Amino acid sequence: MFKFLFITCDEATMICDKSQYNEASLFEKIQLNIHFLRCGICRLYTKQNNKMSDLFRMKATDCQKEKPCLSDIDKAALKQKLENSKA
Amino acid sequence: MANTKPTLQPDKWIDNYADYLFNYAVVRVNDSDLAKDLVQDTFIAALKSAKNFQGKSTERTWLVSILKRKVIDYYRKINSKKGQAEVRMNFYVDGEQEGNWLEERVPQSWDNASEKAVENEELKDQLEACIDNLPEKYAMVFRMKTIQEFETEEICKELDITASNLWVIIHRARTQLRKCMEDNWFNS
Repeated sequence: MFKFLFITCDEATMICDKSQYNEASLFEKIQLNIHFLRCGICRLYTKQNNKMSDLFRMKATDCQKEKPCLSDIDKAALKQKLENSKA
Repeated sequence: MANTKPTLQPDKWIDNYADYLFNYAVVRVNDSDLAKDLVQDTFIAALKSAKNFQGKSTERTWLVSILKRKVIDYYRKINSKKGQAEVRMNFYVDGEQEGNWLEERVPQSWDNASEKAVENEELKDQLEACIDNLPEKYAMVFRMKTIQEFETEEICKELDITASNLWVIIHRARTQLRKCMEDNWFNS
């Protein structure tokens, strides 16, 4: 009984990853917190995971600032290729 | 009488849509050469099937729908690639220990994490290197979710995968990245 409340480290860290995106369900969070009571390793994983998320956010901010576009040379080459494929 | 149905003007495609399509592709595949190829393939495929254009959508929407197919094809290709670096397991996959941390993959404490987490170029380079080290499909899904911040639903729809599939990929990518940053940055 209540076995469904107990999860493995693999499952616990998966929930932890999900919750980094705020997408873990309430039930999953309960399972995770019960797991934390008896698992220091996964508690440590979670702490480090938060730090990793900070790093990813920093990277995301950087990347989203970039507006990649094609150079005029690329466009000219593309036009040429398209012309050729029409022929 | 004026024809209000949108018609195709292939001569203006590149000037009008190349940047938009390129941008669309690059945030998904994170490789500008590959993105260029996908855009080129899209235009060529569009030319070939121009007669099928029914004018129900705008020209741009129609071109994007072709590019979407190209992105899915690419994802399927990297998904089925054999012999590529498989992501390292972090947990026992069977036996009594199933689901427990593999001994050599147990997280170690990061003693100087706060001083090491200071934003700098070196840190960003290392992070980029770790993401690049992931198998392609993991890197693609991880980037879309975490770096480009797409909604789960959108990624699932675009790549034709289930949500649980996506979370397994994200989970494996993140455990791998944690280990990579531990070895190469925090505890190096």
